[in-house]
Amino acid sequence: MSFINYAAREINCKLVYYGPGLCGKTTNLQYIYTKVEPGTKGKLISLATETERTLFFDFLPLDLGSIRGFKTRFHLYTVPGQVFYDASRKLILRGTDGVIFVADSQIERLESNIESLENLDANLAEQNLKLETLPFILQYNKRDLPNVVPIEELQAALNPRNLPWFEACAPKGIGVFETLKGAARLVLNELKKKT
Amino acid sequence: MIGTDLTLYEEDARRLAAVLQRLCEDSKSRAVFLIAKAGQLIASAGETASIDTTSLASLTAGNIAATGGLAQLLGEKEFSVLFHEGEKDHLHISVVGQRGILVVLFDRRSSLGLVRLRVKRAAEDIGQVFTEMAERTQREASQGRAAFQAQFAQITDDDIDNLFKG
Repeated sequence: MSFINYAAREINCKLVYYGPGLCGKTTNLQYIYTKVEPGTKGKLISLATETERTLFFDFLPLDLGSIRGFKTRFHLYTVPGQVFYDASRKLILRGTDGVIFVADSQIERLESNIESLENLDANLAEQNLKLETLPFILQYNKRDLPNVVPIEELQAALNPRNLPWFEACAPKGIGVFETLKGAARLVLNELKKKT
Repeated sequence: MIGTDLTLYEEDARRLAAVLQRLCEDSKSRAVFLIAKAGQLIASAGETASIDTTSLASLTAGNIAATGGLAQLLGEKEFSVLFHEGEKDHLHISVVGQRGILVVLFDRRSSLGLVRLRVKRAAEDIGQVFTEMAERTQREASQGRAAFQAQFAQITDDDIDNLFKG
């Protein structure tokens, strides 16, 4: 749910990073947090367990700058990826303007990626939303590891509609901003189309 | 269409700010915040300068969402009021006008009873503003002449690229 504030001349949008446990959603946010100027970001909030697994969500507010005289603010959220936190994932998806699906490229995680994507689809359906109509892109993360699934296979399994996708290595920042930019572009274009 | 969007015009902002200001004074509170259920701050009043309002808005929305999930689990429609008691400061959090969250931060200068009483009236006023905002949005959508359209129909890829420069 985008929030357009004419009084403050601000556009606020919500983006959710989704994906299986340990795929790198939080790492994406942490990298963005370390790289953007202090004046353009708020606090990175992580509601995590003692072992630094996301318990409820991570949250990073980001000012991207002005567009047509309006400050463009994106609120980035991650969901907890572990299977048993499904109730929390549903809550965080509420009111989102777009979804970034972070896939773990390792061979042994392919099944988890597929399950997580199906879970996303089901959770969106509960809110009468569809992946087909929501700004949605994929990030194939951990491409630097040796045991990764070839891109063609990932595409066939996760992205048959050939939506925008990016390769990434989140701890090093490769593909992180490209992904964010791709998602922001889709969300802003959707905003433009809506009225 | 992604969910139901919220569009706040200057007149809405003025009216909401006035409601919050009055609530803040009448309830003798430190600060009052109005937050969208998706976690964005809509308006505030009182001593807000020292508070990270963006984080407050996001965490409150998460809190309300989690509590709403609990309510559904137990067969309740929602738990519409939350109260957090601290050593010095307390938070009274309530759902208003279905899509908003009203947060009142108060200390020993006020009391839970007074805050509850004043919140009730403010909630009605806010609900009224929200209803009128929703009706206007619907009207504009059906007439296809939302102000936003004219202003943003021309967003280009270059505009978006420029956001990421630097």
